[in-house]
Amino acid sequence: MTKTIIPIGPYHPLQEEPEFFSLTVEGEKVVAIDVRIGYNHRGIEKLSEMKTFDQSTFVIERICGICSTSHPFAYTQAVEDIIPVEVPDRAKYIRTIIAEGERIHSHLLWLGLAGHFLGYNTVYMWAWKLREEILDVMEILSGNRNNYAMFKPGGVRRDIKSEDIPGVLKKIDSIIPTLNMLKKAVADDPVLHARTKGIGILTKEEALSFGALGPTSRASGIARDVRKNAPYAAYDKTGWDMIVTQNGDVFDKVVLRVLEMFESIKIMKDCLLNLPSGEIDARIKDIPPGEGIGVHEAPRGETFHYVRSDGTNRPVRHKVRAPTFMNLPTYKATVVGEAISDATIILAAIDPCYCCTERMAVRDVKGKKIYTGEDLIRLSQEKTEKLREKYKR
Amino acid sequence: MLTREGVLKDLQERFKGDIIDIFDKSPKRVYIGIKPEAIKKIAGYTFRDLGARFNIASGVDMRFHFEILYHFTVEDINLLISYRVKLDKAHPEIESLTSIFEASNWIEREMHEILGIHFKGHPDLRRLLLPDEWPDGVYPLRRDYKEWDSTAIRDRGVDR
Repeated sequence: MTKTIIPIGPYHPLQEEPEFFSLTVEGEKVVAIDVRIGYNHRGIEKLSEMKTFDQSTFVIERICGICSTSHPFAYTQAVEDIIPVEVPDRAKYIRTIIAEGERIHSHLLWLGLAGHFLGYNTVYMWAWKLREEILDVMEILSGNRNNYAMFKPGGVRRDIKSEDIPGVLKKIDSIIPTLNMLKKAVADDPVLHARTKGIGILTKEEALSFGALGPTSRASGIARDVRKNAPYAAYDKTGWDMIVTQNGDVFDKVVLRVLEMFESIKIMKDCLLNLPSGEIDARIKDIPPGEGIGVHEAPRGETFHYVRSDGTNRPVRHKVRAPTFMNLPTYKATVVGEAISDATIILAAIDPCYCCTERMAVRDVKGKKIYTGEDLIRLSQEKTEKLREKYKR
Repeated sequence: MLTREGVLKDLQERFKGDIIDIFDKSPKRVYIGIKPEAIKKIAGYTFRDLGARFNIASGVDMRFHFEILYHFTVEDINLLISYRVKLDKAHPEIESLTSIFEASNWIEREMHEILGIHFKGHPDLRRLLLPDEWPDGVYPLRRDYKEWDSTAIRDRGVDR
């Protein structure tokens, strides 16, 4: 049969980030696939070498708008590994709370997108509506919906007020019924089953060879989670289970992410209820020459940061390895042999990391600016305060 | 049953001639300096027999030589082993690990284009991240890198 090459990208309506896939198809079957990335290469590793250790935290927070806490989490741990320094308990708990809140909103975002890719927009609407609730929680805790800027080498930058905690707990509890409904919808819906079961299977051996991470590997039956294997922050102080499913298909990845959200809620509530008192910052003064490695289980898998210091206030080398770097190449094993209509959901099943945060300016019809930057900051602070008031008890 | 001491002792005995030094940094981290020609042997053993996961490799330009760190995690004992190899600056070249595990495929392509290190036996050393119009032989993470593009955003200023 004649082979046809179908180009997807680099700009296309489904994947928000520019990437180019070329699918070689025979009829409807995909026989080969290749990917080209790098359309949005920002040179952040080089940029980080020009910043001080404290400034780098903010630069790398902007690597991704969705897992914006994961990179600073791994980076600060790498810097703390150089010294080495022990972070105060309260800071550890706060870090864990922020990271788990991020996991919930990231998984909800993915669930919505997965529904959207399958043409199942009801799931998309429900999941994203629910995501707003968790973003409100994050705004109450940190002041921001995304890019929380909570982390610094040695601790956290902002404390959690004890009077905010009861309201936050109530709000977290309020999302559980809807989450249960989504769980039931995934388990019962015949359309979802037909589209995702047995599709895009990644076997255990393949997952090991590709070094797949996070949900992508756990759905293939590999019990691999940095939070359990190499506990850090407060993950060994709370009771939670690692979710592992066995089949490696898209359906298992959906189920796994839905179940993981319940575990994240468990961790978050546990940490909020048992938040220890005390300092939130170890007050690092000097960073000696040396090298450090920090890892964190991001929503998509392990984030890996390697930082080398020569004793000055800037890193001489900062290597960032995002989880998608290891997960994306698995397309070679999962997409080939499948129908072209399933290619999008298989590619989306690893949850490739989208970054699409933009700045905003509001103008009237004549082009005159109504709000300046300061006005927008004031408006957003007022909104955060309103939220905090609303959910206090 | 793997133990931290057992693994380190086993590596030391098995690769006596290939290991240059061992830096035991902390309970979770160990750095092992090895000879570049032994990387395939040692990485293969670590991956297959110790059941370690290949995290990533990180290349650094160290003024007089290139250095690559291959990071492996042995999950059962919570130990991160980093193998350090030093490469000659004039001819940076090392064996590719892609035939052992697929995970090193992309990172070798990345190091090839941003540091100019050649990986022998890599199946497909195409460009991964840099744009097509990037000139050959210009490596952005080398110390002697000079801005080559006069229209780069940084030089344009904010007004234009």
